[in-house]
Amino acid sequence: MIFDWNVVWYAVPLLAHGVVMTLKVSLVAGLLGLGIGLLAGLASLSSLAPLRWLVRGYVDFIRGTPLLIQIFLIFFALPVVGLRLPEYWAGVVALAINSGAYISEIVRGAVGSIEKGQAEAALSIGMTRGGVLWWVLLPQAWRPMVPALTNDLITLTKNSSLLSAISVYELTRAGQAIIATHFAPFELYLLLALYYYVLISLLSWASRRLERSLPQW
Amino acid sequence: MVMPSDGRRAQPVELNRPTTILSTRDLRKSYGDKLVLDGIDLDVQQGEAVTIIGASGSGKTTLLRCLNWLERPDAGEIRISGAIMGRNGSVVARERELARQRCLFGFVFQRFNLFPHLTAVQNVALGPRRVLGQPREQAEARAERELRRVQLGEHLHKRPSQLSGGQQQRVAIARALAMDPKVMLFDEPTSALDPELVQEVLDSMRALAAEGMTMLVVTHEMRFARHVADRVVFMADGKIAEQGPPETFFGNPQDARLKRFLRHLEPTA
Repeated sequence: MIFDWNVVWYAVPLLAHGVVMTLKVSLVAGLLGLGIGLLAGLASLSSLAPLRWLVRGYVDFIRGTPLLIQIFLIFFALPVVGLRLPEYWAGVVALAINSGAYISEIVRGAVGSIEKGQAEAALSIGMTRGGVLWWVLLPQAWRPMVPALTNDLITLTKNSSLLSAISVYELTRAGQAIIATHFAPFELYLLLALYYYVLISLLSWASRRLERSLPQW
Repeated sequence: MVMPSDGRRAQPVELNRPTTILSTRDLRKSYGDKLVLDGIDLDVQQGEAVTIIGASGSGKTTLLRCLNWLERPDAGEIRISGAIMGRNGSVVARERELARQRCLFGFVFQRFNLFPHLTAVQNVALGPRRVLGQPREQAEARAERELRRVQLGEHLHKRPSQLSGGQQQRVAIARALAMDPKVMLFDEPTSALDPELVQEVLDSMRALAAEGMTMLVVTHEMRFARHVADRVVFMADGKIAEQGPPETFFGNPQDARLKRFLRHLEPTA
């Protein structure tokens, strides 16, 4: 078989557009997911049982169903009930809701890993549970959370390739478009893998730097 | 190290009748089928320093933790400054009320439990700022005063990890004092310390007692019980087995378990 370098040189700049979109999707969905996950994680630690059940159900649903189905639900099923999102936003929302569920578990776990005496000391100076969480537990939970959070962002970035299924013109979709016209799946899928690999490596490197820059105590 | 006898604080003579600030009635607590508190009746007068001693597992730490509801008692009643702890109401209202009542107690933990991400000043100022809602300058000025009071003026801006155990425990005492508690609860405050660091913490506690702070101290430090406390309480099997002023308590113990307990301690007491 012949490796067609011409199609590779042709594809490299075109795929760069896809990379930009993949980054845009991943970062926006990542931030949104962090917000959702933080709120849901705090809610799962609340003293109000209905709130905890709600989060429990949300996390269970996300963990128990494939991401692709969740994406389709938001893109194809929501319009049926009158909520039509453009493909970019449908994709971002689906990824954010998905990663929010996992992040809420990360938050819950990290806060739960803080030594029990910390909460007791905060209660003993008159704090309510909310105050304990906000002023004492969360500030200490950031450190143990960061590795898991960056890991989640990496997963999200890889998952964003599923958005090609709803025509979001991200990296995978950009590659498929070239394959469709040039019939070079071997070269293109290898190239896509390389693009993702470099992207993920950069993210891992940035996350390690972030971890090291966190305050030590 | 000899504790000078003048370390004992003068009785509050200006009060004709002592005011009961804290009392429990028939306080009960069990874990599973293990009964830990078996009906505790305890009255503490304003300005009194009470030491609670007893073998491990006798319920003394649980008693202290039940007083400010860090552990929820199964039955019985706690009154602090006339109000009953943990009165009924909706979950949310009860939590607010409980938080407010907890401030009436200062709690000093065996393992300090300082907030590791905050400096000494921030540790002490956290309650005044976030619970009492004081502006930062006011809360930190108060924190500095409390830290100087426990001889930590040099270490205001250090993190707990930069302080020795004895210093950390004194920060913890300052943190409790900054909330203007009516009663200070000490849960084996020197048990986690290296021997050479015990004295500085005991000194701070003795100074506090001398200022007339109402204190309940669970401890194994018999010198403290003998020389600083107004009253010593001996707990065994979840009950108060014997109590009295240190002279009669140590000089003429009645309860057989207390006699045995004191005999074991004799070499160090």
